[in-house]
Amino acid sequence: MITKRIIPCLDVKDGRVVKGVQFEGLADVNSPVELARFYSDFGADELVFYDITASSEARGIFTDILKETAKHVFIPLTVGGGINTLDDFDRVLKCGADKVSVNSGAIRNPELIREAALKYGSQCVVLSADIKRVGDKFHVFAKGGREDTGMEAISWIEKGIALGAGEIVVNSIDTDGVKQGFDLEMLKAVCAVSPVPVVASGGAGSKEDFLTLFSELPQVDAGLAASIFHFGEVKIEELKEYLKSHGVVVR
Amino acid sequence: MIAVIDYGVGNLFSLTQSLHAIGQEVCVTADADEIAKADRIILPGVGAFADAIAKLKETKLDEVVRNEVAKGKPLMGICLGMQLLFEKSLEFGEYEGLGLLKGTVRSMEGVIPRDLKIPHIGWNALLVKQQHPLLSSVSEGDCVYFVHTYYATDCEDSLIANTEYGAQLTAMVAKKNVMGCQFHPEKSGKVGLSILRSFCEEDMS
Repeated sequence: MITKRIIPCLDVKDGRVVKGVQFEGLADVNSPVELARFYSDFGADELVFYDITASSEARGIFTDILKETAKHVFIPLTVGGGINTLDDFDRVLKCGADKVSVNSGAIRNPELIREAALKYGSQCVVLSADIKRVGDKFHVFAKGGREDTGMEAISWIEKGIALGAGEIVVNSIDTDGVKQGFDLEMLKAVCAVSPVPVVASGGAGSKEDFLTLFSELPQVDAGLAASIFHFGEVKIEELKEYLKSHGVVVR
Repeated sequence: MIAVIDYGVGNLFSLTQSLHAIGQEVCVTADADEIAKADRIILPGVGAFADAIAKLKETKLDEVVRNEVAKGKPLMGICLGMQLLFEKSLEFGEYEGLGLLKGTVRSMEGVIPRDLKIPHIGWNALLVKQQHPLLSSVSEGDCVYFVHTYYATDCEDSLIANTEYGAQLTAMVAKKNVMGCQFHPEKSGKVGLSILRSFCEEDMS
């Protein structure tokens, strides 16, 4: 049976991983290449590189970094951040990305999902949505979670899947950074409409949170986190042993 | 030297990098002479079967591959490249493959339970059906990375490993010097690299 995936996310700015990483034994803890290698060696099932640079100049540095990583890391790589056009897809796929994640770019132009799925296949197109409760509704936020689009999140995700998205990343702004567990209510609502894999993001604080996620919502395919892995609060190898001992199928 | 056949389908960056990582010299090529000079051949591929086989025929690379295999040169197909090795595929019609292995490529739709997602994407375990040099560093249950909707059937005479996804699906085949992986060894971490290394270094005659 297919295994549940554990995915560390690296935010890369000007060629460096931000959110200060705390690891012993790494010569350069802010090097995306070294960190990617480290995670790959210690059981990560996939890596997400998120480009948080703004200038086009820095975009070149990002693709160089990506290429360098892809020379050394032989697990699936997903790239997001600043993906607005098919040229952006092309740029990162040529550097070794396997999947490309769209967010604000798809909100501005939903056809980007369809065009990319037609050209590269749905398995390559990930729709990432930053979602927050507004009143009794889930709203999609744009621009890194700063701007309420007013769009209802579940119908946006349904539309994205109809356009060809092959995977959904649900990032709950409400639970992000709180470290009290994933947003099970939000994820459940997404799983109810999604025939494609769903990745949970936002809120993981402990290995128990991953177990709760996969046992309460077996439809969820993967758990994504950043700082708890970077700070060594949760070690991926130990997390997997723990999940395995509780009957969750992992690699 | 390993020849990776370039017939215009798919991104060969990761595959060539993974071969470099295990110390192999690689040429990505569509040139018959270069392929003839290489020690071993890899046939990659993503996308639709019909397009891929049409491109191989257009470029006469189908004949080049058949000739090299007839001379005894080891060949490994990866993902769609593996499916092309079989007699035929039922993807969007019925199309003839290279016919180097017995079997038919079919959709897993209707074969696996309805609640399982298609395509089959992710890390799944290898179940060894027959020992083979390709599996020399692989243990039963090691996981590799799959992305596919179609799979090889009626291929018992070449089957060496399956995976389980609501049904047993063909994961690896090998018969004499013709081999194939349904998954992506270049994206399957250490296990994937060990399979590529075995293909490049072991006696496959």
